Amino acid sequence: MRGRTHPVEAIAAWLLALLWLAPLAYAFWSALHPAAYATSFSLSAPWTLENFARAWKQAPFARYYLNTIVLVTLILVGQLILSTLAAYAFARFKFRGSGVAFALVLLQLMIMPDVLIVENYRAIAKLGLLDTIPAIALPYLASAFGIFLLRQTFKSVPQELVEAARVEGAGPLGILWRVYVPLARPTYVAFGLVSVSYHWNNFLWPLIVTNSVEARPLTVGLAVFGAPETGVDWSVITAATVMTMAPLLAAFLLFQRQFVQSFMRAGIR
Amino acid sequence: MSDYAASSPIAPRRAGSQAWWNAVNAWLLLLPAAVLLIAFTHFPILATIRHSLFITRRNGTEVFVGLESYQAMVADPIFWRALVNNFWFALGTIPTSIALALVMAIWVNRNMRGRGFLRLAYFTPTVLPMIAVANIWLFFYTPDYGLLDQLRGLFGLAGWNWLGDPSTVMGCLIVMVIWKEAGFFMIFYLAALQQLSPDLDEAAAIEGATRWYIFRRITFPLLMPTTLFVAINAVINSFKLVDHLVIMTKGGPNNASTLLLYYIYEVAFTFQDSSYAATLTVVLLVLLSTLALIKFGYLDRRIHYQ
Repeated sequence: MRGRTHPVEAIAAWLLALLWLAPLAYAFWSALHPAAYATSFSLSAPWTLENFARAWKQAPFARYYLNTIVLVTLILVGQLILSTLAAYAFARFKFRGSGVAFALVLLQLMIMPDVLIVENYRAIAKLGLLDTIPAIALPYLASAFGIFLLRQTFKSVPQELVEAARVEGAGPLGILWRVYVPLARPTYVAFGLVSVSYHWNNFLWPLIVTNSVEARPLTVGLAVFGAPETGVDWSVITAATVMTMAPLLAAFLLFQRQFVQSFMRAGIR
Repeated sequence: MSDYAASSPIAPRRAGSQAWWNAVNAWLLLLPAAVLLIAFTHFPILATIRHSLFITRRNGTEVFVGLESYQAMVADPIFWRALVNNFWFALGTIPTSIALALVMAIWVNRNMRGRGFLRLAYFTPTVLPMIAVANIWLFFYTPDYGLLDQLRGLFGLAGWNWLGDPSTVMGCLIVMVIWKEAGFFMIFYLAALQQLSPDLDEAAAIEGATRWYIFRRITFPLLMPTTLFVAINAVINSFKLVDHLVIMTKGGPNNASTLLLYYIYEVAFTFQDSSYAATLTVVLLVLLSTLALIKFGYLDRRIHYQ
């Protein structure tokens, strides 16, 4: 199947690709042209950044960016630390109850916090954290997926390296830090990309626990901004939409190979 | 398994304390993740089940009502509507996305010119926020002004309220979700295709088999485990994906696009009825657990035979 391609198939492949890029191309077109040209695709249409300027003025997008970056960083750092420690426990220590504990961790793979919004809202409210960035992050800090992925990687670490580190006098945490973590770098990169894109895009839970500008991430900000009753025109909404997805899209275009590979690594278990 | 027990030169009588020490270390390492998992996964699951058996009075007291909420749910037409919608949503999105994903993967696995670009084009929607996607597609579906109606206008057809009509709203959402998800499923197939041995194809080609025959009799059957894996994941996803409803339809018109999780969200946060939301969540939990059991049961078998 890897051999030559029939020209008809090549054309079909390209047509599908163009069809797949069309909605995105439309968003950029509309965002970069005056409102009058939002739907008429004339090559002579003047280009403008006016829509971005108006969107930026009409909603606190700088604040939304900051919130999203803080949120995504907080979640990633938390997930990396907690998953590393837990994965290390599962991969290298023999202890009573480890099987049951691991099964209880895996439970989160199917019943993610996204589904438990009602009870998690209660918990966050009881903690007095409503409308804060930590409230958005907390349910996701312990990631079953991260623990699973790192455990698999840690299990393949050669014993000789562990032995060598121990001979040099390293304790359990020293061995984790000096042997396991460096060897798992590709897994960390893969997990990082998946986690950052997931939480940059996440919407329902942040929508539920936030209600002020100070805590809202970009996605929720965009939803508030784009609500039909706000009376903003399409060109400005598409400009805001482009702004919301631009950083992730740029990262994706720069690191697309790593993205695709990390999704492959993450997807296939 | 354990570094510290296996290779340290410990006398047998100290082995017991070594095992104890291992367990202490392991549990300490697990503690931070365990606390959060219990707080935001295990406890909420149990609390959901408990709350589904109680109702909260206006003064805040909880009253045990047993299965009353479940009886109310069975009698609730919107609940059934959401379930049926979820069924059609899954049926509408999954087979088409999977078929497209397979075709895409076969294409980008070839030495075709522009392979990198094609891969990029197919995969890009996957990394976009659903909320941004909803905004873009909302415009396509806008009556009269939107892209779809402008195309209709070229053929002299009148405008149509695509998302406002119960007969078209689900179809519109399904098309959009196929666009969003096909590239993601492509990745699974691409990974699987790269693990297939090219010898099989070559042997078949030497035997004079046509490409369609090779696909139908060799490639597709070999990809069956991937197809099942993707399909189960896709069904699970179809229960979690509701972001676009907030922007595009709010479940309407007349609940024609309500999905189960969206209904839960509405009941809990718009109607403020957390007891009933708990009852509905239990249904979702049962559905997801069943799917997960199928997935893991099936995966176990696959690993076993590898």
